[in-house]
Amino acid sequence: MPSLKDLKNRIESVKSTRKITKAMQMVAAAKLRRAQESAEASRPYAERFNAVMAGLASSVGGSDSAPKLLRGTGSDDVHLLVVMTAERGLCGGFNANIAKLARAKAEELRGKGKTVKILTVGKKGRDALKRDFSDLFVGHIDLSEVKRIGYVNAQDIAKDILSRFDGDEFDVATIFYAKFQNVVTQIPTAQQVIPASFEETEGDESGAVFDYEPSEEAILAELLPKGVATAIFSALLENGASEQGARMSAMDNATRNAGEMIDKLTIQFNRSRQAVITNELIEIISGAEAL
Amino acid sequence: MANTMQFDLVSPERSLASLAATAVQLPGADGDMTAMPDHAPTITTLRPGILKVDAPEGSSEYLVTGGFAQINGDGLSVLAEKAIPVAEVTRSHLDELISEARASHDAAKNGDDQTIVDDAAKMLADMEALGTHMSL
Repeated sequence: MPSLKDLKNRIESVKSTRKITKAMQMVAAAKLRRAQESAEASRPYAERFNAVMAGLASSVGGSDSAPKLLRGTGSDDVHLLVVMTAERGLCGGFNANIAKLARAKAEELRGKGKTVKILTVGKKGRDALKRDFSDLFVGHIDLSEVKRIGYVNAQDIAKDILSRFDGDEFDVATIFYAKFQNVVTQIPTAQQVIPASFEETEGDESGAVFDYEPSEEAILAELLPKGVATAIFSALLENGASEQGARMSAMDNATRNAGEMIDKLTIQFNRSRQAVITNELIEIISGAEAL
Repeated sequence: MANTMQFDLVSPERSLASLAATAVQLPGADGDMTAMPDHAPTITTLRPGILKVDAPEGSSEYLVTGGFAQINGDGLSVLAEKAIPVAEVTRSHLDELISEARASHDAAKNGDDQTIVDDAAKMLADMEALGTHMSL
């Protein structure tokens, strides 16, 4: 049975925890709004880009002269997994879910006898995968200094990946991130970026045959590296929104739990205080009766 | 006249302009071109330069550093990596871009691929020409 003082301390400490989680929730809500805005603002670019690329890729894709980024290296022995997670924790299962998906993929590829390399973006994913796969790490990109994700960050990551590709370090690259569905649902997603694959848009609205200036191949060769950066940028923004969403709901739960705990502890505190009072009364009364 | 087409200028981070334009002058990779309504469908890459938009409400200019443009009969979308309204461009902006271009030129020179070196040199020259053009 804890003493009254213990209980009081406990209640105070849970109260301050609740204050912290409440504050974190509100900060996450504000950041989520901003993250969602920037994710939305980037959408027109990504959509148009993919539409153009899909058209180009389908017309050039089949030929042997297609760029390596589209065609692939011809084999799929070495896989690069780019695991993008948050820099900070306390956001529910967000980081763990991405890491779990990446781990499953890595195990599966290893089971098939492929070579797996892992590039981590964000500290938490690295920590989660360190125990099992630390020998597969080829690099890490730290975004903890970045306040607001910009296209420049995506370009840096893309540059890193592309230089590894040019150095024949891998055949297939897949990025892992969480797609933002809503505040409570974030879907861990794996997306292959090299060789590039573009979703066909449902029926080109104009059906127009485009003139290409310079040639189709030249445009494709110039745009494919940008496609990698664009895919990574969208993924980073989705991740940003997902992280804040996950943190918001995690902190909401924590705040509620703390509230429940405070109620329970307060009842316990009141009961034991009453017991102490009753005890004292009994002692006084029985002392008086004994006289 | 009021014969206009839909013009969209988007960068990866946000959409910069979306309006009805009568003519748009583009710094195409193979040379400048002007797109007007009912232009033949064309996709072209852009070199660093000035994008000039004529609209019924007046014209506006943007500095773009590359990207590409997709022209349909009824509209034109420009997907630029970086686009800044000309009125907001300052010498320091340009210096930053030039030094970036110079850095990539220097990096390319160390490699052995001549086309990349040429591309980087052209990029650098384009950037510098841009400064003179805008008399900054």
